Amino acid sequence: MNEKILELKNINIHYGDGAIHAVKNISLEIYKGEIITLLGSNGAGKTTTLHTISGLLKPTSGEILFNNEPIHHLPAHKITAQGLAQSPEGRQVFANMTILENLEMGAYLRADLNEIKADYEFVFSLFPKLKERENQLAQTLSGGEQQMLAIARAYMAKPTLLLLDEPSLGIAPILVSSIFKAIKEINRRGMTILLVEQNAYLALKISTRAYVLTNGEITLKGPAHELMNNSDIKKAYLGQ
Amino acid sequence: MNQNLTFFLWDCLQYLINGIAQGSLYALVALGYTMVYGIIRLVNFAHGEFLMIGAMCGFYALKFSLPMGAAILVAMLSSGIIAVVVERIVYRPIRASGRIPALITAIGTSLFFQYFGQLTFGADPKTIPPFIAEKIFNLGEVNVSNVQIAIFGITFFVLIFLWWLTHFTKVGKAMRATSFNLAAAELMGIDTNKIISFTFFLGAAIAGLGGMLMGYTMSIEPMMGMNLGTKAFVAAVVGGIGIIPGAALGGFIIGIAENLVAGLYKSSFRDGVSFFILIIILLVKPSGILGKNIKEKV
Repeated sequence: MNEKILELKNINIHYGDGAIHAVKNISLEIYKGEIITLLGSNGAGKTTTLHTISGLLKPTSGEILFNNEPIHHLPAHKITAQGLAQSPEGRQVFANMTILENLEMGAYLRADLNEIKADYEFVFSLFPKLKERENQLAQTLSGGEQQMLAIARAYMAKPTLLLLDEPSLGIAPILVSSIFKAIKEINRRGMTILLVEQNAYLALKISTRAYVLTNGEITLKGPAHELMNNSDIKKAYLGQ
Repeated sequence: MNQNLTFFLWDCLQYLINGIAQGSLYALVALGYTMVYGIIRLVNFAHGEFLMIGAMCGFYALKFSLPMGAAILVAMLSSGIIAVVVERIVYRPIRASGRIPALITAIGTSLFFQYFGQLTFGADPKTIPPFIAEKIFNLGEVNVSNVQIAIFGITFFVLIFLWWLTHFTKVGKAMRATSFNLAAAELMGIDTNKIISFTFFLGAAIAGLGGMLMGYTMSIEPMMGMNLGTKAFVAAVVGGIGIIPGAALGGFIIGIAENLVAGLYKSSFRDGVSFFILIIILLVKPSGILGKNIKEKV
């Protein structure tokens, strides 16, 4: 396989002054060029895991290595600076700012003006709706368009690893497929992706491997096509 | 009768002019309140004390025969620096503890600086001369001074500057992003602690500027921050706390109302009227005149 880009080693995460053990001793690896899906139902600990990777939460124990360097002690903005960007759950676009300004915030740490320009063009080609409305406030966008903006904004950081938290959540089905197409295209251009999803079918279809999180523990892992045929997965996530 | 009405209208116009000048000063102080609230939802009750420290430092700068321009700069810098230090060592460690502990800490900080000021600078009032030689113009029955015009002009300029900063500069846009969603701003790679420090600095420096301009109406003393800070806070809430133009609007409303009430009714009501307006606003539109009623998202 390729070189390892991210590794979680025995990560434990607690909430509420240690009262809630949200994530229990999980380990996972992501290799360059992959799309990894982290599957799990509501409250399984998926978003908690992502927030811990991106530095918004701190693990109680364990190690997170990004390009073989520990990052779990760093504040979130320094982790972004190392090339790990996140499109957060519920989109969280800056509703009080224009679409262009949102993208500009995504590219906050970059100074390569020509490259930034080219990346604007690329995200606008992925999501032409955003281009049409570049000077409108993000609050005027629909949920699906805001999701596109959130992904585009995270892309603008030009990370080596892109974390996407539930990009299909609460979005019209017609937009979901175009969002997944865009995710695939971003990956094809060389960006490694960690995808958190409840929509197992779509996620597994574009992924290389997947992990299943149940009550804070990894209960299953393997190549995406194998998990798609796993009877437990079929029952729990594919409604079969 | 007709003549009386004319006099009355001239009087009103005079109070209005005085009120706009006074309101400009309130606006300058209210801006810092609203900027800090906008970014970390903290009502910084020590804001008036930052102003007081700036004005005191400016006073001593003048005493050491620095020119007025340099003294204003000294005032702005010292207000700004004390704000950054207080944010770093007092507010930041308790930022995650919730709003009530932060509020109590802010009140404590305010008291600390009031007594620290009395110990350091003495309790006696000090006077700062007007920043330009005062000239009074007679326009019909009303008087306008060049100081009043300059104060209004400076406030206007500060507002334009803030608008430019928050819409056309990287740091200003990062301020807007941080104030809207701090965690999302961190994910963009924005060092939100730095942005918060910068906001404290900017807000307090503007207050320090206001403190120096106040020389034309009032003397400065260590307890000045309490009254002034409270009124500026009221102005910020009336206009819509967290909204920059709201702070200016609130400042003008409070300034004008005070002068009208003091002139037409009783000057002892001057300090009361701002709270009267506050109560009305809180009853009618709690988010302030320019504020949006925010619905909690589920």
